[in-house]
Amino acid sequence: MAKLTKRIGALVLRLAAFGAALAALIVMVTSRERASFFAVSLEAKYTDMAAFKYFVIANAVVSVYSFLVLFLPKESLLWKFVVVLDLLMTMLLTSSISAALAVAQVGKKGNANAGWLPICGQVPKFCDQVTGALIAGFVALVLYVLLLLYSLHSVVDPFLLQKS
Amino acid sequence: MAVAKLVLAATSGKSSKILLGLRVLAFLATLSAAIVMGLNKETKTFVVGNVGNTPIKATFTAKFQHTPAFVYFVVANAMVSFHNLLMIALQLFGGKTELTGFRLLSIAILDMLNVTLLSAAANAAGFMAEVGKNGNKHARWDKICDRFATYCDHGAGALIAAFAGVVLMLIISAVSISRLVQPNKCSISTTAASTSVVP
Repeated sequence: MAKLTKRIGALVLRLAAFGAALAALIVMVTSRERASFFAVSLEAKYTDMAAFKYFVIANAVVSVYSFLVLFLPKESLLWKFVVVLDLLMTMLLTSSISAALAVAQVGKKGNANAGWLPICGQVPKFCDQVTGALIAGFVALVLYVLLLLYSLHSVVDPFLLQKS
Repeated sequence: MAVAKLVLAATSGKSSKILLGLRVLAFLATLSAAIVMGLNKETKTFVVGNVGNTPIKATFTAKFQHTPAFVYFVVANAMVSFHNLLMIALQLFGGKTELTGFRLLSIAILDMLNVTLLSAAANAAGFMAEVGKNGNKHARWDKICDRFATYCDHGAGALIAAFAGVVLMLIISAVSISRLVQPNKCSISTTAASTSVVP
């Protein structure tokens, strides 16, 4: 009975992680704002920054992977593979959030030493949506770390609870 | 006892030697990345204007501290290389310590945490370096690599070392996880162990 609740818990976690990654993806893709300053029209899209494109791609990969693993049958031998793939997905998530955050921080605060002006003053809604996407990505990351620990626990039995 | 099986399998066998070699490589890679980026600094004097006939010169410095992503890069690489150093020391000089199930688990978890940390640091620094190299015309950010070429080259070298470290740490993490699996097929040298392998 405990095993069943654990499995349901893991399934709920994976569904939540899928939802969070999908939300991050959608919020980042739909972030777009048109502003004009100094008689120049400026449109801010997520494709302007390479880091945001990477964020979208990474979250898309993680969403698709989570969706597929949701339907993996319990007795399948692929669960051992899922441990390594979970680690890879966690790595992908952290790297995408880290890269997007580094670039977004420059967009918000600028970089006085390099002469880069912050752009959030001109496109505040774009900045807010990117922040929202990053928060969703961070939630997906935390859920994935928990999922990784669960996969590790269920496949390799690290506490040696089964005497075989 | 199930614990004894895991202990003896983990301290001997070919996987230990491979792991040691990989850890030494990862330690060297991340340490060199941290050092090269930490010492990355370039000072240049530019002519910014002319007053009459005399040019006005201003000195500009490019340091790694100017970019938070690079600061994170240096710190994360230093942490991962320290972790690898500890693991190498444990393997070389902790010969008599028993690697119980919990210790192997904590080594595996620490390896996983470090691989995610390192990949995040390498990626953040990589994307910031890309902005520095190509600029961003949408945000009107000028590239800096045409003026500070040595700074960019050193940064690129540090990034390559860090990405090599990421790949190595990923392999190390996979090997650490595989050592947690019940060792029914591991080669064990001592005879005392062989009696406990058979369930």
